[in-house]
Formats: sequence, structure tokens, C-alpha cells
Amino acid sequence: MVEQAEIRVVRQGGSKITFREPVISSDSRFLLCASGHTVKVFSTVTEECVQELRGHTDLVTGVLLRPSNHLQVYSCSADGTVRLWDFTDGILIRTYVIGYPIFSIFASASHDGVVFIVTASQRDNRSDAFQLVAVHLPACADQLVETTELSAVLGDVSANPAAIAFGRAGEYLASANGSQLEVYFFKKKKSHRFSLKDENKNGGRNTLTCVACHPTDDCVATGHEDGKIRLWRNFSHRKEYTYSTLHWHHGAVASLRFTPEGSNLLSGGLESVLVQWRYEQESQRNFLPRLGAAITHIAVSPDGSRFCTSHSDNKITIIQSCVKVSSIIQGLVTGDEVQTDLMVDPRSKALVLNGKPGHLQFYSLQRDKLLFNLDIVQQEFIHQSGLDQYQVVRAAFDGSGSWLATVEERKQKAAEVEVNLKLWAFDDHTQSFVLNTTIAAPHEARISGLCFDPAAGSRTAVLVSSSADGHFKAWRLAAPPAHTDDEGASWSCDFVGAYHGLVPGCCSFSADGSLLAVSFQEVVTVWSPASWELLATLSQPPGDVRNLCFGRLSCSKYLLGTTTKLLCCWNLLTCSLEWSTSMEVSLLLADPLSENMAAFCHQDGSADLFVFKPSEPLPLFSQKAVCPGRVTRAVFAPREVMLESCEESSQWLNRSRLYFLTPQMDLLTFSTKAEEQSLLASSKQLVIDDAVAMTPFYLLLGKHQRSGAEAPAGGPSSGSPALPQSSAAVRELLQTPAHVLPAASFLCSAFLESLLISVTDDREETGPADQEMESEKEEEEEGSDEETGAGGTRPEEAPSGGAQTEGAAPGLTRTQVRELRRVRKLDHSWLARILDS
Amino acid sequence: MASFKPTKIPAYPKLGEKVTQDTLYWKNYKAPVQIKEFGAVSNIDFSPVAPHNFAVTAFTRIHIYGPFSQEPVKAFTRFKDTAYCGRFRSDGQLLVAGCEDSVVRLFDVSGKVALRMFKGHTKAVHVTDFTSDRYQILTGSDDYTCRLWDIPNAAELNAYQEHTDYIRCGVTSKLNRDLFITGSYDHTLKVFDARTDKSVMTMEHGQPVESLLLYPSEGLLVSAGGRYVKVWDLLKGGQPLVSLKNHHKTVTCLALSSNGQRLMSASLDRHVKVYNTTSYKMVHNFDYAAAILSLALAPDDESIVVGMTNSILSIKHRKHTEESKEITSQQRRRPSYRVFVKGKNYVPKQDDYLVSKPVKEHLAKYDKQLKKFNVSKALDTALETWLRKRQPEITVAVMKELDRRGTLKNALAGRDEEQLSQLLHFVIGNVVDTRFTPVLVRAAEMILDIYKSVIGQSALIDRQLLRLQSLLETEINLERELLEVLGMLDTMFATSVARKEVPYSDVGRSNGLAKGDAGSSRPELQVT
Repeated sequence: MVEQAEIRVVRQGGSKITFREPVISSDSRFLLCASGHTVKVFSTVTEECVQELRGHTDLVTGVLLRPSNHLQVYSCSADGTVRLWDFTDGILIRTYVIGYPIFSIFASASHDGVVFIVTASQRDNRSDAFQLVAVHLPACADQLVETTELSAVLGDVSANPAAIAFGRAGEYLASANGSQLEVYFFKKKKSHRFSLKDENKNGGRNTLTCVACHPTDDCVATGHEDGKIRLWRNFSHRKEYTYSTLHWHHGAVASLRFTPEGSNLLSGGLESVLVQWRYEQESQRNFLPRLGAAITHIAVSPDGSRFCTSHSDNKITIIQSCVKVSSIIQGLVTGDEVQTDLMVDPRSKALVLNGKPGHLQFYSLQRDKLLFNLDIVQQEFIHQSGLDQYQVVRAAFDGSGSWLATVEERKQKAAEVEVNLKLWAFDDHTQSFVLNTTIAAPHEARISGLCFDPAAGSRTAVLVSSSADGHFKAWRLAAPPAHTDDEGASWSCDFVGAYHGLVPGCCSFSADGSLLAVSFQEVVTVWSPASWELLATLSQPPGDVRNLCFGRLSCSKYLLGTTTKLLCCWNLLTCSLEWSTSMEVSLLLADPLSENMAAFCHQDGSADLFVFKPSEPLPLFSQKAVCPGRVTRAVFAPREVMLESCEESSQWLNRSRLYFLTPQMDLLTFSTKAEEQSLLASSKQLVIDDAVAMTPFYLLLGKHQRSGAEAPAGGPSSGSPALPQSSAAVRELLQTPAHVLPAASFLCSAFLESLLISVTDDREETGPADQEMESEKEEEEEGSDEETGAGGTRPEEAPSGGAQTEGAAPGLTRTQVRELRRVRKLDHSWLARILDS
Repeated sequence: MASFKPTKIPAYPKLGEKVTQDTLYWKNYKAPVQIKEFGAVSNIDFSPVAPHNFAVTAFTRIHIYGPFSQEPVKAFTRFKDTAYCGRFRSDGQLLVAGCEDSVVRLFDVSGKVALRMFKGHTKAVHVTDFTSDRYQILTGSDDYTCRLWDIPNAAELNAYQEHTDYIRCGVTSKLNRDLFITGSYDHTLKVFDARTDKSVMTMEHGQPVESLLLYPSEGLLVSAGGRYVKVWDLLKGGQPLVSLKNHHKTVTCLALSSNGQRLMSASLDRHVKVYNTTSYKMVHNFDYAAAILSLALAPDDESIVVGMTNSILSIKHRKHTEESKEITSQQRRRPSYRVFVKGKNYVPKQDDYLVSKPVKEHLAKYDKQLKKFNVSKALDTALETWLRKRQPEITVAVMKELDRRGTLKNALAGRDEEQLSQLLHFVIGNVVDTRFTPVLVRAAEMILDIYKSVIGQSALIDRQLLRLQSLLETEINLERELLEVLGMLDTMFATSVARKEVPYSDVGRSNGLAKGDAGSSRPELQVT
């Protein structure tokens, strides 16, 4: 029927970046984190993703800097391989095939050529037993290396990477599992186990959640589920160990980390507060509160200048020396459930869905970046488990994007549900949404449907909300009363509709806003928004109507609805059923730019997609088993540039893309082959040189530095003729070894004297100076010619004989004075050049 | 690191009066100046000439105050008994007053001793006034007569004996020297013409008439008696125009604001009400501390003077725009000394680089406590603000926030008798307010849960709990009755509206189509 090879389902960004602990490179410029099947390299300054290390075929489960080379990084994956990358250039250096799914990876500087991985235990066939295995990585030059030297170190470890840590200089290894702490000494090759009771007298839960080892001291810190931190000492003796307890957290401690010097201990958990404990003086604590969401991992840069915390809302915060948040890398927040529909903001073309608790997130699909979070609830979020929080459950944009309606609700255990309807106006000045009207308790029960009149201008905007209390209400923007001068227009209820006491489900406006369809269980009612008259009722039992969609453009006479078993299409001109087909549709949505409709069906435990026009009997496109499970959220996002595809099967993708969320909260989309190719081509150019910030100082000095850095590679003292004269002079001065230079005081006075006479000199020696400059220019040209010709192998030739001082002549004052004079002349031209530019 | 988000205080729609131009105008008065007189202030009269002094008749004295003086500039004390109705002549030179001893005295404003004494009435004289030609005096007395006197030779010109009860009010026409109107406790108003011996017009007010007022055009007459204020059209032969019943006690005094657009009435119910004279709707209301006996407005509404039974004279002066501006400019924060060493009011010049320091976010007291998770203290501070400012919405919002955090129970627990009684006092005061009911009912339940073991130990708490119980019982009964009424109304509406046929398609039909009118479309509902 349709050729399907061309269109395939691809993952569209938005994957979790906080699955595993991020790694900060040793120069603190890059941050590496596992994200889905790739490792992403972010700049810590600009928050941009600068590299993406692609190659793994399954979830990346760990990232680790190579202890022997700080520019290389290991990554391990559930596909059973460990890969070694050069992360600055994004090159895969080597692939070690292990053969078993790997859950985490560790290494220590004292164990050269060995990495430690956690795999499922082979001995006993329990699925939740894991073991720590040492892998000797063979040193050979091949790209693909099969590793065979595996030796089990510890059995019965936790799969959580936070539960294993290497101690001082890699001498021992601490592992936590359940309520047991195990310390393994590599030298003695034996381990000590210390176990706590599951619950202590006061009902605290002693289960260990994370472990950290002091870098220079024999001390192991463990975090516990009841929020306590224990510091274990003297554990080399089985009996005489001691521990002290720190308690601040009220929830489980999720992550613990010592700073590289060992002066501080960092801890974080559900409270979203980063706590800094002073080592040995634990009563002194610093706090960094309100980081946004529960802390899941803490990482410290090797030089200790930066910390970063990853949070449960897919966010990585980079903190400078524990006082200031310097940057935030935020991924798409999907949480457990998307309660609002997926929407596209008509202005920014961003994908909009509920993100952090109480917020709407605007996510740019093109740039795979979170644009901003809009605070809907505007209340302090209390980080405490088991608390009923306000959640954004519905949102809707009007046609032009100037109004946004949101519904937030909080379900209390005993009492009725609290619902607020908020209307936000787009403020052109601040370029964001500003709260216009808050309607407390707009309905007596949950709001089940919310839609704006898509055609109306902002003056007569109409919003319809339907609720489980048996009514639907129309809200209209009303001008303020004449004599109140302080407030602008606000929203008020215009009409309350009901039909035979039935409970309304979804509601939908036709494209021109002249009709409103509201489903009341089995019945679809069609209303006129102009007069709020009931025009017609349509019904196709059995089963409640779930989705309603008006056709668009040439198909605007059709109204489509789905029941549990049927997909029905009514003709609104004749008020009769046009056609119906028996399928279990979980989601029906219309493309806003064409007549096309997409229906996701649920069949045999997986979702099928059909794209069709209401007027045509055959679907334009169909794909079975798009993803496992039921698809309930999808959206058509308009393209920025229209695609020109003549293939019949992919024409429906020309104007807009179809994005959908799987039950596993992955954002997927459909893409054509041609598109992927163009995308690949463009991604090559996207590598950003993010080395140093472009400051004026950099412009002045950076070139010299770079040329200096290049010089040893190209050959001895090359490149000076190609550079401006001034830089050569400065370099000469700077490159002369310090021990051959005379005393700085002497040099300084001579230098300054030469500068002082320079004005008179100029007047007197205009001729010679000009001549010299000319000659220099010629030399420069020659030099550049030669540079291009010889490709940087040209040895430096002293232009005026001054440079020969460099080698042997140690500190002759005459030579120095001469050189300084030359420097002065060159300096003069350099200044002029700068002034000209 | 995001900053703390303060508790959101919901903005409830303002119930009661709306802010109109009138409210703004009448609210634009300063705090009243209160002066203690020797007895109940029975009459206040403004001098028609600048600087518009006013004469205050209280007990046996008449005091004359300057427009801004707090001390009387002049006092007439030579009365044997209670003085009544001190009034200025239209040139502001002479003042006439009646007395309980039936003698009418005429004073020079600058003198002390009475110029003339008019003797002839047999009982207390409550009404005195000058006629518009300035040479005659009208008096009305408790001996049921009203008389006209000649000032130059202190002779009685005429006496009218038509009323059958005390004459307690009267006005003379400002346009016609012969016309005057009296009101009496015999429930009638009579219009007299000095050129005839009899009244020319009689109007029935229905209650003992306490005060009379003529419009500047003298086409309309306003009378106050009992709880009613009535307006009469004199040009249509005394036809009643409007009857206003806005007070719940006897209306004692009437006044007209200077432009004639607003009518004011003062009453024993301690209110002064302002009416629009075109629509006769009440536009504003002033509250006073005691029953009001007299009321007067300075020309151009510069001040409102009210005399009360507790012998307090209250004077409100109008705020002027420049004054109010001055206040706001004073409140504006100046640059602090810390920032500007050059001086407190140093203004940065063009070349100066102003380093903006981060604005410190101000948090309310309860928010500060909430930020520190001090739940009990947060509730305490919120209750304090209620006591101070009487803004229950703040306290309720804090309670709601505590409830959201799941710590309301902790905040309510552990209180001693005094604190608990304060809390119960708040709950009793606000639980029946529909805006606060959901939160406060929850709080009340928690209080009962927490403190049920100690009920019976404190008489005060027990009394409050009983009050809460009876309050809730009445509220429930009220709700039930309202629902009953609603049900009755629904049936009435249903029978009165012609029933339309609502076709409902038989569900077996293939196209499942039905066409018809709305099953039940309700009238508009305004939600703010």
C-alpha cells in the first residue's frame, strides 16, 4: 500500500542528562554526561552542547575520565562495551568489548590499565545480584578490542554507581549494599564488612544509599535513607572501627562527595539543598538552598573550583566554589506523566508541556534546548515526599499566541479537588506571559477539556472549559467597567451549558470558530458560539466519545470523533454519519496546516499510526508498531522551512512534523531520509570553537599565545615574519631566557629612556625610520610569501641583525641597548598600527 | 538558586460599595478634629460671608469657630437656659438664637450682650431665622405658634397658630422676603406668606418633622421626619416627589452640598448619608461615633461639621491636592547616606556611574517564618496581622499555605489557653464567610482533633466552642432553607417557561442525528 522504507521513527532529543553522575574535565571547561545512547559534552561557561559522542547502541551507563590521560574519557553502556574517547575532538579511540551489560564503571589512578565495572552476577541467577569486576584493558592499537582478562573483585554489590567509591590513592574500595558497608583492601586482598541493623530504635531506616571516601584520610562517609550521614574511621580493623553521625537531611541522602583536598564534604538529597560540611568540624555547615529539584548526583571538578549537581528534573547546575550558581544546563523535563497535552506555542514554535512541578516548559525542538520555564502556580515548592502539590493539568494557546490558559489542580486526600484557571496575556514588552486573570474554582470538579476559539482576534477571544461537574463554561475577555481605571480587560464567564445532566468530555472549536463541539458521554453536541444555541446532536453508540476534531481547509465540513471501538466521521452539512471504521483509537489529532489527520491506534500492545484525509477513503500513510504501549500525547509542529518531497507517502510531513511521546516518556518523531541527510551535513558545521572567551585581552594576547603554541610543532622559531612586527619584537624580548637578560631595573630604565627620546628621535630620524619601516614591510611581504611557499619550514632570519643576540651573547649592554632601540622603533610602528585600526 | 516565593494572598473581589467618583470625593477629607462642647450640639450654622465662621449651639452657649480654629473665636454665654438654633444673617453681622426660656435674643457678632430680646412666646423657641430682606425674624416655638418680628423696633408683626404640635424646624425663602416654611411635630409642613394671615400650602409628611431644607432654586423642598427624607415639589403645589428611607433611626438634620448636586442627611443612627439629587440614590455614607443632631457643610464643601448627642463636635477638613502630593513626595525614599557620601539628596550626574546593588526582596513577617519552616510562629504572626489590620484573607492564605505544606496541624497544636482562644475567635469570626469556609472548616476540625482531650478545662474555650457550634448550626439551617427556596424557584420557573420539545434521536438510528433546542441552557453567570 505505502512504501515505508523512507520514513522512520527517530528520537528527537530531550533525553535524560541526569541519568548518571556528570564528569567535569580537569580544566573545568567541559562537562560530560551520559544522555541516552550518547555522551554529551557541554561547555561549563556557555552551557552549549559542544560535542556529542555517538557510538553506543544502548543506554550509556557511566562516564569516567581516564586517570592516565585527562583528555580522554571512558564510557560504558548496557550494550556491553567500554569505549575510550577523545572528548575535545569527539573521536572514538578504542572500543573494548566486554560482552555483558555494564551498569557502572570505576577507575583509580593507582590501578593502571584496569577499569572496574559492575555487571550482573553470573553465579547465582538472581536478576538483582551484581558483581564488581576488574577488567584489564589490553594495550594494543586496534580499534575494536576483545577483553578477556576479567577478574571478580567483589560479589554482591549495588548497581547504583553512588554506592561504590575508591579510597585514598586507590588502596581500598568501599561498597554499600543494603545496610552493609564493605571495605576491600587491594593489598591484603581481603574485605571487611560492617553491617547496621535495618532499623534502629527510633525507627530510622539505616539502608545505605551512597558512599564517598576521603581523598587523603582513611575515612568513609555513607549516606542513609533516613537522612543521616555516617563517617567511618579505623575500618582497617574488623572490630575496632568507629563511626560518627551527622544529621541534617530529612529525606534520604542521594549523593555524597568529598572535595579534592578533602576539606569539605558535600551532600544532597530530596530537599534540593546542597550542604557543605567542613571536614573535622562538622558543626560548620554551609547551605545552598532552593536549587529547584531533588539532587540526584554531585560531582566535583578535579581542581575543586566547580561543583555540579544534577537534579531529578533533568537539570545540571554548575556551582562555583559553593556559593554561586554559575550556569544551568536544563534538558527536557518529562517527569512521570505529561498531564497537559503537547502543544506548540504559535509565537516561538516551541513545544509546550508541563515540566517542573507547577511550571510549563517551553522547549525548542529545533535547537533541542529548553527555552524557559513559566511559573504557573507561583508558590514555593516544598520538597517533601507524600505532599499534595499543585500540578498544571491543562493548558491551551489561542490562535495567535497572545493568550495562554492554564489549569492547575491539587487533589487532597479527603477534601474536594482544588482547581484554578489562569489566563495569561503575552506581554510584548517583556516577551513573556503575564498573569491576567485567576479564576479560583471555575468548576466544581476536574476540568476535562479546555480549548480556545482559534479564529477570533484577541478582543473577542473565547475560551471553553468542560468539567466533570456536568457543565461546560465559556469564558470571554470582558472590557473593564467604565469607571474603574486601574485594571485592564479581564476574563469572565459568558455562558454555562449543560446537556441532560450528562458529563462533558472533550470540546473542540471548528477552524473558523463558528462551531463548538462538546462531547457529552455518547452524544456530541454542536453549539454556535455566537448565540450559544444548541444546533445539533450527533451520536454513534456504544461507548463514550473520547476525541473530537473538526476537519480543516477543504474538509471543514467534517467532524471526526472517536469512541472506544469506532472512528466516526460526521458530515456537518447533512448532519449524518459519513463513514466510520472500527479501530481502537487512543489519540486523534489534526494537522493545523493541512487537511491531514493522524490517529494513533492501540492494538496488540503497541501503537499504530494512520495518517488520512477525512475526505479520502485510503490513508496517506500507515505504520504498524510505532512504539510499544499506548500513545496518548502527540502534536503536529509546523516546520520552519517547508519540505519539498514529492514522494506520496511522505508528503504529509512537508508542512509539519509529528512528534509523539511514548509511554516511556521518550519524545519521538518521524523523519524522511532526505531530511536526515541534510541534518547530518549541517551538524558537521556545528562544532563550536569554545576555547576561550573573546575578550579584548584575548584579541591582543591570544594570537601570540597561539603562535607560541604552534611554534614548537612547526619547527624552531618559525612564523615570526608572518606576524606583525611588534609581536616579533615582544616575543624576542619575552623569549630571551631570563638568565641572559640584565637586571630588570637596568632594562627598565634603558627601555623608558629610549621611549622618552623617541619623540625627538622621530623628528630627527624621520628618514631612516621610514626607510627602516619600508624595508621591514618588504621583509614582511617576503616572509609571508615564503611562508605560503615553504609551508612553515622557513628558519627565522634576523631582519636587522638584532636577533642574533638570542643564542650566545650573554648580557652585553651594547647589544641590549641596540636591541632595545630596535624594539622601540618596532614598538612605534606597532602603536601606529593599533591606532589605525 | 531561586528566591523564596512569598505566600500568594488571593485578591478577592471587593464586596459592598464600589469605588466611584463620589466615594473618592467624599473620602478626600482629613482625619476629623473633635471638640468637646458643654452639651449636645443642637445646631450648627455657617456664616454666609468669608471667612465663613460657624456658630455652634450647644446647651446654654453659642460658640463661634473660625474655619480652622480649634478654639472658639467668640462665645455667647448670656442664656438663662438651653439655647437653640443660633443663625447668622445673610450679611454675617447679626446672630439670632432661641432659648428654652421662650425669649429670642439677637446678637451682634462682635458684641457680647444681646441687642434685642423678643418676648412673646410662651414656651421654648426651637426655630429662629432671618427673612431675606434682613429686617425681620421668624421664630417657631413649642407653644404651637410661629411669629414674625421686626428687628428695628423689636415688635411682633404677626403670629400664626395653625400647627397643632411643637414647631421644631423652619426655613425662610432666600428669594422672597415674605415666604417661609415651618415643620411641626403634627406631621405637617406649612408654607406661609407674610402678606396673608394663613398658610398657603400644607403638606403631610407622615412623621414628626425634624428638619427642612429649601433648594437654592426654591422649587424643591426637602423635609426630614422619622426615618424618612421626603422631597416636595413646591411649584406643583406641594406634590411629593421622592421618599427616601435609608436610615434606621430618626433623621435629624439635612444639608445640601454647595453645588446643589448632593443632599446629605444625618440621623440618630450615627450615619450621614449622601444622595445624588438627580437620581436620589445614596452615593456615600459616613459613620460617626454617636447619634447626630446637627450637620453643616462649609461653602465649597471645604469642611463637614457634625454635632453629636455626646457633645462632641467633629470637623472634617477637605484635603487639598498639593497637600496629598506633598505626603507622597515625603514618602519617596531618598538615596541613603551609605550610597551617597556627598549628601543625602545628592543626585547622580551624567558622568557618574551608578552601581546598582541587588534589590533586597522584602518579605512579610509570616513569609520570613515560613521560609525558615517555623510553622507555629508563621501562624502567630499571621494572626497578629489580623488583629492589627483586620485582613482575614492574609491569615487564611497563610493557613492555606500551611495546609498545603501539610503542617497546619503542627502549627495549630501546642497552644495555651490565650493563644487558642485567639485562634478560635478568628475562626468564629470568619468561618461563615464563603471565601474562607473551606480552609477554616479544615482548621476547625484539626483544632477539635488536637484539643478534644482538654475540653472542659477552660471555661473560656468551652464557651467559644459552644458559640462555634451554634454558629455552624444556624449556618446549616440557613443553607437548607436557601436550598428549599431555590428548589421552589426552580419549579416556578419550570412551570412558567413554555416547554419546548427536545427531540432526542432514538439511539438505534444509524446516523444518530438529533436536532433541537438546548436541553438546559442556564442564564449567564458572572464569575470574577
